[in-house]
Amino acid sequence: MKYTEEHEWLRVDDDLIVVGITSHAAEQLGDVVFVELPEAETKVAKGDDIVVIESVKAASDITAPLDGEIVEVNDALTDNPGLVNEDPLGTAWFFKMKVDDMGQLDDHMDEDAYNDMIG
Amino acid sequence: MSELKRTPLYDLHVSLGAKMVPFAGYDMPVQYAPGVMKEHIHTRTAAGVFDVSHMGQVRVEAGSIEAAATALERLVPASILGLAEGRQRYGLFTNDAGGILDDLMIANRGDHLFLVVNAAMKDQDIRHLQTNLTDCKITPITDRALLALQGPGAETALAALVPAAGKMRFMDVAVLSWHGAELWVSRSGYSGEDGFEISVPETEAVTFANALLDQPDVEPIGLGARDSLRLEAGLCLYGSDIDTTTSPIEAGLEWAIQKARRTSGAREGGFPGATRILDEMENGAARRRVGLLPEGRAPMRAGTEIFNGDTHVGTVTSGGFGPSLECPISMGYVTSDCATLGTNLEAEVRGKRMPLMVTGLPFRPSTYKR
Repeated sequence: MKYTEEHEWLRVDDDLIVVGITSHAAEQLGDVVFVELPEAETKVAKGDDIVVIESVKAASDITAPLDGEIVEVNDALTDNPGLVNEDPLGTAWFFKMKVDDMGQLDDHMDEDAYNDMIG
Repeated sequence: MSELKRTPLYDLHVSLGAKMVPFAGYDMPVQYAPGVMKEHIHTRTAAGVFDVSHMGQVRVEAGSIEAAATALERLVPASILGLAEGRQRYGLFTNDAGGILDDLMIANRGDHLFLVVNAAMKDQDIRHLQTNLTDCKITPITDRALLALQGPGAETALAALVPAAGKMRFMDVAVLSWHGAELWVSRSGYSGEDGFEISVPETEAVTFANALLDQPDVEPIGLGARDSLRLEAGLCLYGSDIDTTTSPIEAGLEWAIQKARRTSGAREGGFPGATRILDEMENGAARRRVGLLPEGRAPMRAGTEIFNGDTHVGTVTSGGFGPSLECPISMGYVTSDCATLGTNLEAEVRGKRMPLMVTGLPFRPSTYKR
């Protein structure tokens, strides 16, 4: 598992990367009430805003963690945004992407580094 | 940035696991462990205690209650002379341009008037009173906490401590004694629920708050849920939904101007901005505050611009998610031609036009014990 500074987790699943947000992020956001996902087959560049999450408190974006293409999105979140609070590391994944260069993964933090960052 | 002030309940909030945030110069609990959604629902189904000690409590007195009421009527469009002893009403400080300087509660406590004003505006309000009511004695009350107890379980919870509270009706005020401490109680609040606001000496504040929290059904509730509760109830947040640029008529607050102060009333006008406000009352205002129901699931927050076709017709002033309604809700101002209930408009959210509909307020009927 790798982690971004924007509190995403990245899990390698064969030739795809599954992306979600960390428990810490879900806790900070509070009750999630709306999730807007990108379309599958969207080409994205690292840093693009591709997901909107709205909690009772505020709206925030999730950016593409790597260059590549979105191949699948988790429509369950659109119907049940609260899943992000219930199971952020499991069933509340956001999207799966095919990345241009798996080597880019190494630009992101491992678990220890992430835990250091959130203190 | 000066140091944040603390209410007498600060340590209690921290010990209860509150997340503290700066609000109006105070370090205040925005939520406790359950979070905004659960706290909101708890208030609607049981009872919640809110620390609103940051708000301003002010005593206004003159030679007689009539003299104090007559004086205050120079600053607010409400009928204060018509306010019976032991009763409270909602009022507005207006300015000469007909805008709103603050909204407040005004109680007739027999020999004086008791005002509760917004935290962020209290210093300005006190100066405003002192400058303009030189015939009155204006006393800011700084040695008392203020708690709100809201929800269907509020009456049972407070009556367990002070039985007489159970006999009060909506907007009654009374002085009640609890273990020797003098409580200034009003049956009111800002959640759309039945409930009470209780001013308690700061020395007794923690003991009293704990006594409420010891009642079955009562949980501490943060400012986050206070905001979603008042939004569902269609109540204005000063600084967001009303300010010096909005008139009481634009804001739909005609009900805060009693007949005696209206055109042809016994004491017509005589408050700042009366010319504009009474004219708008007769002839309508150019824009109106309305409820707005987004069609989709995306919340439309303050600042979201509203369109009718290509024409910009208004702006959202408060918006978010209504936990009891389980959908996004907003309120804002639209031009009067678009203010009819059921009008379909569009809002621009993240560069996209999304449908929303003009709806009545409150979103959820209030449950006051009238």
